Amino acid sequence: MIDLVVKSCGPMTALQDRGRFGYQGFGVSPSGAMDRRALAMANVLVGNSPDMGTIEFVNLGGAFTAEGGDLRLAVAGAGASASIDGTPLPPLTSFMLREGQTLEVGHPRTGTFAYLAVAGGLAVEPQLGSLSFHLRSRLGGLKGAPLQAGSHLPCRPEVQAGEPMQLTVDLIEETGPLRVMLGPQDDYFTPDSIRLFLESEFTISPQADRMGFQLTGPKLEHAKGFNIVSDGIVDGHIQVPGSGQPIVLMRDRQTAGGYPKIATVISADLARFAQMRSGTKVRFRAVERDEAVAAARQLRDWIASLSSQLTPVRFDLTTEHLLSRNLIGGTVDALSPASHE
Amino acid sequence: MRWIGCRFVKPNGGMVPTPKILPCGDSALTVEFGSTIDSGLNAMVLALDEIVRARAPTGLIETVPTYRSLTIQFDPAVIDYDALVRLLDEETKDLVPRHAVGRRWRVPVVYGGEYGSDLEEVAEIHGLTPAQVIDIHSSAVYRIYMIGFLPGFTYLGGLDKRIATSRRVHPRAKIPAGTIMIGGEQAGIAPMDMPSGWHNLGLTPVRPYAPERNPVFLFAAGDEIVFEPVDASRWEAMEKAVQAGEPVAEEVRP
Repeated sequence: MIDLVVKSCGPMTALQDRGRFGYQGFGVSPSGAMDRRALAMANVLVGNSPDMGTIEFVNLGGAFTAEGGDLRLAVAGAGASASIDGTPLPPLTSFMLREGQTLEVGHPRTGTFAYLAVAGGLAVEPQLGSLSFHLRSRLGGLKGAPLQAGSHLPCRPEVQAGEPMQLTVDLIEETGPLRVMLGPQDDYFTPDSIRLFLESEFTISPQADRMGFQLTGPKLEHAKGFNIVSDGIVDGHIQVPGSGQPIVLMRDRQTAGGYPKIATVISADLARFAQMRSGTKVRFRAVERDEAVAAARQLRDWIASLSSQLTPVRFDLTTEHLLSRNLIGGTVDALSPASHE
Repeated sequence: MRWIGCRFVKPNGGMVPTPKILPCGDSALTVEFGSTIDSGLNAMVLALDEIVRARAPTGLIETVPTYRSLTIQFDPAVIDYDALVRLLDEETKDLVPRHAVGRRWRVPVVYGGEYGSDLEEVAEIHGLTPAQVIDIHSSAVYRIYMIGFLPGFTYLGGLDKRIATSRRVHPRAKIPAGTIMIGGEQAGIAPMDMPSGWHNLGLTPVRPYAPERNPVFLFAAGDEIVFEPVDASRWEAMEKAVQAGEPVAEEVRP
């Protein structure tokens, strides 16, 4: 085994893959990467399938070394930079971290979540079928814990050789209001509240984490009170407690809850929303199922097409050249919360 | 919102409202049988859950049964939504409630004192002695309506109304794993240290959820639980057994 060793990282840095499914009926939230597009890009860059386990950075970056051999790695998401021994790497490329070198992953600049993937994935034992760390369940990650300085992550030696690749992708155009489907409990709100919800601007409050994003905005009035007998919760559900201020439920959400849900963010818009920082202004637009499903298919096809858009990194170009040609500018912009305001 | 056909009668003769399908975005739907805590509704939920899981339509991700509804999560890029709705339509028409019990578990509890700090207060509220509260609480058969909120947290129905107790005015930030508690007409077992506004009657060494144990989850929705009062002198031995990976909760015949 070759170990990826954590020299330093933020307190919420942890392993995430696509998520843990099949245990919500036992109260275990699915968790999983907050931005599955960036998860896919990091994985595909090192030859992995798009949903494999990676290191997820939350607001802060980290530093890493390789022990016992060289590792093929890639960083993607929220414009996080990477450098080796102080030399910046071009964005959205895979690279070799040689034994003895130090990889610095910069903090996510244009959002909150970035991903570090290693060729072949991490040779860490999954729990209940997933590497995804979930704090309250004490599941995933490293035996139920996030990463910290000194953590060793075993990697598979046989897949580390390989040519550095780059991704030159066009992101799906994503601007404008977040798309939602009304329901499941839109009938718990007055017609005026529904209109207010769809026509007003909300601000993402500082209370935003992997579990949910609290929004502030006009007070949404309930028509039939704000208590329901607990029913199932899904990613993107927008629940409205007694305060009348909506909360968008994210990957680490509970599996069931007792507040009425006015609407649900469509699956294709969840990653974009996840990357919006506290203070970002958001609006919502109601769509029908057809549009939501078409967007979900488009996202699936986009992820499936990533591997065909890999090209070898051309070493005759310096980093400065690549950067000046702005090969990844579109990606950075599209992941930026600023572009959605 | 879409209504689907359903003709069934509750065991006690009353009609159950027609279930409806509520959209939960593009990746899920909820089949709602009603809006109350009711064993008849819950039996319908568990019956439909069993059917959907057995039929496993292509694109199904998972199902989440709750008190009174079944949430079905799927891959919107794969599932044929209309076909799923047709299947639910068909299967709910003559749905037979799943009153049959999965398993019955006997859970040992040390009541009162440092193990159940609210026992005396609960007794006082209802004009009972602590011994009577223990007797009432441990005489009932509880049904697991659903598991949620936290991994392995069982929502139990079947609490005797004589000891139903409104939630605490001041919730506690942390109660220990294994706490046997009641809140309103509900009862529960804390699977891990957790915040709670319910009343603590006792403590069990049993862990409904243990990520390192096989099985990780002891109980399932539809199972029954009975509580067995045990003496505090047995605590240490029971706890040792739990730490060795034994369930300590015992499967018993109804």
